[in-house]
Amino acid sequence: MIGALVFLGCPWRAYLRLAGGDWNAIPGILGLITGIVIGIMFLWKGYNLGRAYEVKKGAGYIMPAVAVVLLVMVILRPTFGAGGTTGPVFFSEKGPGAMYAPFAVALGVGLLVGWLAQRSRFCTVGAIRDLVMLRDPHLFNGVVAFIIMAFVTNFFLGQFNPGFEGQPVAHTNSLWNFMGMVLAGLAFTLAGGCPGRQFIMTGEGDGDSAVFVLGMLTGAGFAHNFSLASSPSGPGAFGPAATMIGILFCLAIGFLMRDKFE
Amino acid sequence: MSEPVVVDAKGLSCPQPILETRKALSKIREGTVEVLVDTVTSRENVARFARNQGWKVYLEDHGDWHKVILTR
Repeated sequence: MIGALVFLGCPWRAYLRLAGGDWNAIPGILGLITGIVIGIMFLWKGYNLGRAYEVKKGAGYIMPAVAVVLLVMVILRPTFGAGGTTGPVFFSEKGPGAMYAPFAVALGVGLLVGWLAQRSRFCTVGAIRDLVMLRDPHLFNGVVAFIIMAFVTNFFLGQFNPGFEGQPVAHTNSLWNFMGMVLAGLAFTLAGGCPGRQFIMTGEGDGDSAVFVLGMLTGAGFAHNFSLASSPSGPGAFGPAATMIGILFCLAIGFLMRDKFE
Repeated sequence: MSEPVVVDAKGLSCPQPILETRKALSKIREGTVEVLVDTVTSRENVARFARNQGWKVYLEDHGDWHKVILTR
């Protein structure tokens, strides 16, 4: 998550930025591929996180229930705070976090995308992993279709603005666009899927993915509160250092979590 | 006919089931390999991988797990 916020986007957004003409996405995507290839080398060397075991059915409902509670919070906007006008739920008032699509559109599109992604097992990290490791283009074709459709939509809506400068929620530092996504690609490969795919698996009741999603929330909290996340003016004060620590941490996991009996 | 090779890939996450299958298939030229998985994703991935490698694929549904039978 820290790597993704140094680049300013998850893999889905990297491809969407490319489709919108944001060429800063190119070093990011090259970094993502580099990170995935490093992850693949660990997979070849016998890296794995061990077997998952079946748990009681209720455990699988925890994260979907949390999602429903959050949805209810957005609808009701409860105010229990002082004078009955604030909190416990606070909404961003400025910046990209304060901008959102109409509620019904967001919910409808979210449901549709979630359904399609579940049925197709769309995964932006698995796409490159399977293509490189197994010469299997099945998932990669999905990513290509995703970019083409986003490009066509942008083109016809007049939202295709090619260039490096002045792109929405993006900075032009190619080195850290690249390095941020090396970290992201490596971390997602070791975790077995891109953030989008982890959300879908959480909805399927996968507890490992639920922990992954909570990790992303925590990482985003760290990144935005401790000057790790980038802004349109460039990488945050401690973003590059955090990225390097993250890469070292992932390399350590890759080396340590190997099956010795291959 | 010799006993089938059984690969228990239940509980393994992407892409481990395919890697285990690949390892088993690389050891024999022909015969039967049974891969046990517990998600539809793994079942589809293993089946697609084996078909691409020229193996015949049969699927058996056992409720909360699946058997993917590969023969050649």
